[in-house]
Amino acid sequence: MTVRYSAEAGETWRKEYEASAKRDDGVETTTLSGMEVEPLYTSAQVEDIPEELPGQYPYTRGIHATGYRGRLWTMRQFSGFATAEQTNRRYHYLLKNGQTGLSVAFDMPTLMGQDSDAPTSRGEIGHCGVAIDSLADMETLFDGIPLGEVSTSMTINSPAAVLLAMYLAVAEKQGLQFAQVSGTLQNDILKEFIAQKEFIFPPEPSMRLVVDSIQYCAREVPRWNTVSISGYHIREAGSTAAQELAFTLADGFAYVDACIERGMKVDEFAPRLSFFFDSHMDFFEEIAKFRAARRIWARRMRERYGAQDERSWKLRFHTQTAGVSLTAQQPELNVARTALEGLAAVLGGTQSLHTNAMDEVLGLPTDKAARVALRTQQLIAYETGVVNTVDPLGGSYFVEDLTRRMEEEAEAYFERIDSYGGVIPAIEAGFMQKEIADAAFRHQTELEQKRRVMIGVNGFTAGNEEDQLEILRIPRELEQEQVERVREVRRGRVAKRADRALDEIRKAAASPSENLMPHILEAVRAYCTEGEIMGAMVDVFGLYTEKAII
Amino acid sequence: MAPERRIAPERDLAAEFRAGNVRGLARAITLVEQRDPSVRHLLESLADRIRRPYVLGFTGAPGTGKSTLVDGVVRLLRGRDFSVAVIAVDPNSPYSGGAILGDRIRMQRHALDPRVFIRSMGARGHLGGVSVASREAIRLMGAFGFDFVLLETVGVGQSELEVAAIADTTLVVLTPGLGDGVQMIKAGIMEIADVFVVNKADLPGAQRTVQEIRNMLNMGPKQAWRPQIIQTVASSGDGLDDLYEAVERHRTHQEASGEARAQEEARLKDEAADLVAEWARGEARRLLDSDPPLARRLLEDRTPYAAAEEMLRQRGGSLVPEAARAEG
Amino acid sequence: MAKVGLDGHDRGVKVVARALRDAGYEVIYTGLRQTPEMVVEAALQEDAQVIGLSLHSGAHMTLFPAVVEELEKRGATDIVVFGGGIIPEEDIVELKRTGVSEIFTPGTPLQDIVQWLDHRFPN
Repeated sequence: MTVRYSAEAGETWRKEYEASAKRDDGVETTTLSGMEVEPLYTSAQVEDIPEELPGQYPYTRGIHATGYRGRLWTMRQFSGFATAEQTNRRYHYLLKNGQTGLSVAFDMPTLMGQDSDAPTSRGEIGHCGVAIDSLADMETLFDGIPLGEVSTSMTINSPAAVLLAMYLAVAEKQGLQFAQVSGTLQNDILKEFIAQKEFIFPPEPSMRLVVDSIQYCAREVPRWNTVSISGYHIREAGSTAAQELAFTLADGFAYVDACIERGMKVDEFAPRLSFFFDSHMDFFEEIAKFRAARRIWARRMRERYGAQDERSWKLRFHTQTAGVSLTAQQPELNVARTALEGLAAVLGGTQSLHTNAMDEVLGLPTDKAARVALRTQQLIAYETGVVNTVDPLGGSYFVEDLTRRMEEEAEAYFERIDSYGGVIPAIEAGFMQKEIADAAFRHQTELEQKRRVMIGVNGFTAGNEEDQLEILRIPRELEQEQVERVREVRRGRVAKRADRALDEIRKAAASPSENLMPHILEAVRAYCTEGEIMGAMVDVFGLYTEKAII
Repeated sequence: MAPERRIAPERDLAAEFRAGNVRGLARAITLVEQRDPSVRHLLESLADRIRRPYVLGFTGAPGTGKSTLVDGVVRLLRGRDFSVAVIAVDPNSPYSGGAILGDRIRMQRHALDPRVFIRSMGARGHLGGVSVASREAIRLMGAFGFDFVLLETVGVGQSELEVAAIADTTLVVLTPGLGDGVQMIKAGIMEIADVFVVNKADLPGAQRTVQEIRNMLNMGPKQAWRPQIIQTVASSGDGLDDLYEAVERHRTHQEASGEARAQEEARLKDEAADLVAEWARGEARRLLDSDPPLARRLLEDRTPYAAAEEMLRQRGGSLVPEAARAEG
Repeated sequence: MAKVGLDGHDRGVKVVARALRDAGYEVIYTGLRQTPEMVVEAALQEDAQVIGLSLHSGAHMTLFPAVVEELEKRGATDIVVFGGGIIPEEDIVELKRTGVSEIFTPGTPLQDIVQWLDHRFPN
């Protein structure tokens, strides 16, 4: 991008800028993550950045030549609560209202591999997602939903293989071949150790299970995205945008390394790795982050891993607008926040998007709030016109400079992680966790010093006292219903088949060269419960306790 | 400001001790941490119960897996039906005096075992650090009935030496590949270890580390007890039985050779001397602030010697804190 | 400070722990996945005066009162309990009724929490 203004003009601007009064409100002019922002960007900052085209390596401007002119992003609202039956109803509601893909939220016991009747599930059933104890629940969850036509994303990590097996078993019952099924499994255990803490087994067996699932799907479920390598949770835990970018991609490389170590060829599995990022309030920083992510991944995959299939080079991602940016105070404002964050994700070229509902700081979204969140995406898609050209901010001096700087920061982090000997040693040393905890504390300090503003929280608080929103409640009786249900499933199944399946899992778990997936599938078909299947693996793998980094 | 403890009447605590109420032990330890002189009376009223538990001191650099190791040792001792108390020492913030103590986390599985007691202590960084509160806490834990006390500290500053002075068996924990091997270990550590534990022994370099320790021991002066070198993988429990056997061998040796008795005597003397210093210092401060003639004399002299001598010789009795004075 | 229940989102509890440390408090961090029994046992062994609970998964109405109940069972009702997380207004009223002293909702400045504690423990 050639410099087209004269040195004099530049000087004149600088003098005028320096001589003029400046806004003096004490609010930071750096990005939310602390990166410097100049008052003006021109071609001078980006002279050396080569111009790219979309659909061409290294894909900074997007992985498709057509952008959204070809196809809009998938509107995929994360959803799930209470029982499978109620969530099934919400799914039908969302599909009817124009949602184009399903996304399953599971409750805490399910996320943690516990059955609803386990003592630790007391009080936790159905609150932050749907309770799934066995194949029976899964069948109810997708009742009337053709899995050959709808793609489903499942947000679950340590027990991901089990839920995948359940989904496949449901598809089977619908008369489908595994090859017809499409969707995504989050299955990103590394970020659990780093940020979300929903780990169960120690890192090594956890990685083994992830690689088993990737290997299995490469052969049997080719349309399935095996891992949704996530930055969202890392960001929500308090990291900066650059840390989110770096730690996520580093995790991605770690999975690639693990699969190659297993003996797979990179092009066998890399095309089905996908990503999941946060979209936060600093508008341009987020857009730069998404663009940098594509560029970094493409380069590494081609140059370092020698991938030859261009699908291995193309980073595909889902985005969720930032939960932590929402406020309990004046919650209607969250609609505006979500709209802006959704817009940033679209301008960043996301393949799929979830927009948060306005009441999610207080509880699960009501029907109305969920609908407004979905409509927000439709508004961006159909009313703003931003979808009519590919990567509209490409060539923006500011955005191109910020994209480059994001990439540089990420590379610096890669080096630091390498100095530990890789992602897992870095996790065990608490490196990422410390960076995140420090960034979180820094942010809170900035808020308290009013160097950053959150409307309704530390500024513009008039209006906070007005009527609270209606909140979705999970009735207590549902807990007992679910407990009854899982007990009934255990009573009604063929005990011998179930017991044998669990034994086979233990045997396979103890044998590192066995792929666990077929054994998990058999157990699922035999109506073993999630808790039993996970329990069988815990018997062999053990439980993990983290070292706390505060 | 952090909350300060109100002083509990010692009779209540003694009763709680005898009833086996954990809260009583916990409260007494707090009094000890706050250097409350009334702890004397509590301990004297429990004189019949005073017995010293066997103290294992664990020290080593961060990242060596000490907490996991201690957790494994607790498990092992519980398996042999011993009751165990753990003191996990963490540094305090030098600025605010506050602390975040997170060592319990590694010992979750013992969280509800009534014969395991875990107490976090902020090493307050001033004179005494680990030892001052730990010694009395150990005495209290013994009086409460614990067979073993495991004292775990972060290997920074003087704490290793302090641990060695308090513990019956001192274990220094290392891991393979720590920088340039054992040369990295601070001077003085090699001398205090009764047992070397090479943890994470499944990592490459474990054998080399063992050899390096052996070399260093060979180069050093001959000691009556030749420190044992044990390899462990604390996360899986490997080597813990060997560790226990090494401790037992050390214990037997110390008793048979009379070293145990000598060390007990040395410890009590240390403690008594430290106590004189602590009591006298606190009370001297008080005297200097409350006695105008004494303060005036100090200002006239412009040196501390005469004032100090006067306080010790003529006012000695006042240098024992009131709450600590023997009754009658 | 404890994360009680299965929820692992620990950003908030860690930030609060730091703020309390910086204000001179000694904070025992128990980590994740604590049962009410474990929290109370830790508080007793450490001779804590206050228990802070963090929960974001919606299970607070079961687990917070369970901690208060366990304190009663162990004869330690002098220990003050406060909490934070995703907790709607209506639930706060009910929680206070069962014995939780205060709930700090999202957006509460750290200084407010410190001051609340300083006020309750003026020494």
